[in-house]
Amino acid sequence: MSQTLQDPPRALSRREWLMSDRPQSRLQARLGRAYMTWRRFSANRLAVAGLCIIVLLVLLAIFADVLAPHSPVIGDLGGARLLPPGTEGYLLGTDDQGRDILSRLLHGSRLTLLVIILVAIIAAPIGLLVGAISGYAGGWVDAVLMRITDIFLAFPKLVLALAFVAAMGPGIENAILAIAITSWPPYARIARAETLSVRNSDYIAAVRLMGASPLRVVLRHVMPMCVSSLIVRVTLDMAGIILTAAGLGFLGLGAQPPLPEWGAMIASGRRFILDQWWVATMPGVAILIVSLGFNLLGDGLRDALDPRESGQ
Amino acid sequence: MTITETTQTAGRKRARANGAIMGVLRFLVVIVTTYFGLLAVTFFIGRVIPVDPVLAILGDRAPAHVVERTRELLGFNKPLYVQFFIYVKDALSGNFGTSVLTTNPVMVDIRRVFPATLELATVGTIIGSLVGVPLGVLAAVKRGSIADQIVRVVGLIGYSVPIFWLALLSLLLFYAKLRWVAYPGRIDIVNEYSFTPTTGLYLIDTLWQRQWSVFWDVFQHIILPASLLGYFSLAYISRMTRSFMLNELGQEYIVAARAKGLSETRIIWGHALRNAAVPLVTVIALSYAGLLEGSVLTETVFAWPGLGLYITNSLQNADMNAVLGGTIVIGSVFIAINILSDLLYRTLDPRTRAR
Repeated sequence: MSQTLQDPPRALSRREWLMSDRPQSRLQARLGRAYMTWRRFSANRLAVAGLCIIVLLVLLAIFADVLAPHSPVIGDLGGARLLPPGTEGYLLGTDDQGRDILSRLLHGSRLTLLVIILVAIIAAPIGLLVGAISGYAGGWVDAVLMRITDIFLAFPKLVLALAFVAAMGPGIENAILAIAITSWPPYARIARAETLSVRNSDYIAAVRLMGASPLRVVLRHVMPMCVSSLIVRVTLDMAGIILTAAGLGFLGLGAQPPLPEWGAMIASGRRFILDQWWVATMPGVAILIVSLGFNLLGDGLRDALDPRESGQ
Repeated sequence: MTITETTQTAGRKRARANGAIMGVLRFLVVIVTTYFGLLAVTFFIGRVIPVDPVLAILGDRAPAHVVERTRELLGFNKPLYVQFFIYVKDALSGNFGTSVLTTNPVMVDIRRVFPATLELATVGTIIGSLVGVPLGVLAAVKRGSIADQIVRVVGLIGYSVPIFWLALLSLLLFYAKLRWVAYPGRIDIVNEYSFTPTTGLYLIDTLWQRQWSVFWDVFQHIILPASLLGYFSLAYISRMTRSFMLNELGQEYIVAARAKGLSETRIIWGHALRNAAVPLVTVIALSYAGLLEGSVLTETVFAWPGLGLYITNSLQNADMNAVLGGTIVIGSVFIAINILSDLLYRTLDPRTRAR
């Protein structure tokens, strides 16, 4: 009897191993945490739907060449101008240059992904660095950096991006830069708040006692703590980034023709809106679905990663 | 009252006065540095990023002596810090240079177009709050119900939809197909000169001058773009209202009010919403500022002759003075609204008053 009690159960199920509150290794602890987060996340059906949309977007972007039935750039000017959706071979119809809208949308998803990924990898590290330095250093460094952040926050984002693009010249690279320049300040705020909450904790003091330089403390021990809340914020912002990029494209300041950027596609369909509604409608639906996906995903991530707020 | 007590109260009073002065000073410093930053950023955009601002104005085929003369005329041959000093001095006196497109001083143009944007954003915010707040309250009271889900989805779509696209589709539906609203623009050409635009806010002007038919015309023009902007802000307002209301409804005073036997209507609208109203003012003010920005795209679609359309038109003609002037004005309004909402919050919330 006593022997059976002492023997640990051999066949520990995978779920129990993950849920264990006494992890044997760092890996187990990490996987366990990830599993808990995933369980909270996947309980939220809308969030999972958002994730599916984004995964689908990535897959479509990767396989755009294979999936697109026609060329996104060269159309059939003679025989296929402004065909309505459902026409043989053109599922979503064609635009004024006889190009298949579905193919353009598929290739356009690459541009959308390019914009959000580049904006995220430019803006997030800037915000993270500024915020972590500001929060860790304190004093006048903090005051100066936060004033600069506030100045950028005081700007209306779209208008500032417009002005930047006006000065640098239209084009998708400049649009990406302009959006990145206008989107880092909230990240700096978040990173600073997170830094303030960890800077006086014991493990930071321990690292400092071991002789780590301030730079090392910030880079290796403070910044990683800010990453999870930053990821949520970036995900939530992605919808806004897509909308801003589309707005710039719509005004003719983003991607230039013949690139199949969704906002620019809406702009080119604007002239035919009364008679050929599908030319402007289809790219708008694509934008709506993708930014809805990011909003749902961001909401779900926030609830899953930050259980304190999910009670609301 | 003993002497020590008197001196103590006096000291406390003085400390409080000092605190208030420090608060005001800090406030002023924030305003000044933010505005200064705004000017610095626009200066950077206009003078530092372009390789040669003079060539940007004249085009690269202008003869050399013209380029030189323009450079001197505009003061672009001076060192950058001198240029910046002049730029700040000009901007503070409301001089943003001359628009290349309209050949008017930018400030004159902006004064002409700004009321249109103001009117649009104001009507939009009114619609957004009138619909958004009750929706948010409903969602909070019936938390988890179908109504809550619907409000959530409506809000999420508002966050996710490209507003210019929705504007195009709504024009197609409500103007072209249903004929419920007037065509893009602010007013019918026939009515354009039938009243004097004293304030520049046509709804108020026509109402004041009892021009009922013109008022109706203006109303039909503004209702669609304003509703779109309203929907845009509704998404934010209803979401925040829901979260504030949930917070209030969980408080003990609600339990006390229920125990007292107050009607549910009274508890929700009289007690909970009144307390939620304080942070809501900030939310509505911020969404108002957001609409000024959202109007850039909406105005383009609706041919609304406001600041947004002015900026985008200038952009397409490389008219940097006009673009930057418009940016500074919108930025200033942003700063002003932020400050105002902060002040409002302090006056409305009794807890933040000096004790």
